[in-house]
Amino acid sequence: MRARVLVRLKPGIMDVQGAAVKRALAGLGFSELNDLRVGKVIDIDLDDPTPEGARARVGEMCRQLLANPILEDYTIETVDDLAPRGAAR
Amino acid sequence: MRFGVVVFPGTWSDCDFHYVISEVLHQPVRYVWHRERTLNELDCVILPGGFSYGDYLRAGAVAGRSPVVEALREFVAGGGHVLGSCNGFQILCEAGLLPGVLTRNECLQYRCQSSHLVVENVDTPFTRGLRAGQVLTMPISHGEGKYYADAETLARLKQQNLVVFRYADANGRITKASNPNGSLDNIAGVVNPEGTVLGMMPHPERASEAAMGGTDGLLMFQSLLGSLVEDGSFLKR
Repeated sequence: MRARVLVRLKPGIMDVQGAAVKRALAGLGFSELNDLRVGKVIDIDLDDPTPEGARARVGEMCRQLLANPILEDYTIETVDDLAPRGAAR
Repeated sequence: MRFGVVVFPGTWSDCDFHYVISEVLHQPVRYVWHRERTLNELDCVILPGGFSYGDYLRAGAVAGRSPVVEALREFVAGGGHVLGSCNGFQILCEAGLLPGVLTRNECLQYRCQSSHLVVENVDTPFTRGLRAGQVLTMPISHGEGKYYADAETLARLKQQNLVVFRYADANGRITKASNPNGSLDNIAGVVNPEGTVLGMMPHPERASEAAMGGTDGLLMFQSLLGSLVEDGSFLKR
């Protein structure tokens, strides 16, 4: 089973990196930008046959290491039902 | 007093701490590799600055779950003292041994400069020899030193007097201009409620000899030595 974790800063936490990227894009002429925030994608391949089981284990990974709950929220997608292994890259 | 200086892959201030403890303070000190799990014979463990495990994922995140930091929990529960500076502070926060988190500097720049700190809490072994309101000068050197905690945690920090150092100007005034990284309330260092675990972004080990440009960092080491010898707490362990 493959899972994809999206880690992003919580609403209300200032994203200085996002603000810098937004300024850079505005400098390139993308003046229609209202907001931009930068997050992380973590792709995980694990030995768990069910999406529910994988989701539970990956949730535990997020709580223990992948996200810092003071700053970050996370969402978990299981991607087994997407493209076959390797083809998604 | 027996000191241990923890070395992670990517630590860079370990030799500086070792030097100050052995050559300036003349105290016994040994390096502690990050895979070690036995800290029993030590009185104070130092988590130095640097980029442990490359600061991958988040600064201090991987180190905060390493074998030596797991052992540190037991060490702290048994009354041991811990000083984390720079990356060491980030590790202590990531490990949950101190509240809050250090995140990217608001200016987005790596800041390597002298800083002034006003001493807020002198009721810790690390600061007992200082005066409340005293201004210390020490270098900072970090890209992720912006202290953040939620409103509830900040209120608890204030109520329990756990903020030890705040960034200030040379006269001890807490100003926005003297905040080098955007830290909440200019917070530069916090301590646990027991007063045994201190985390701070500045580098006391780089201000411990006249040849380094200042000796204010040494005041903290002397304070720690003095207070632990005085109350004999390190002998009881």
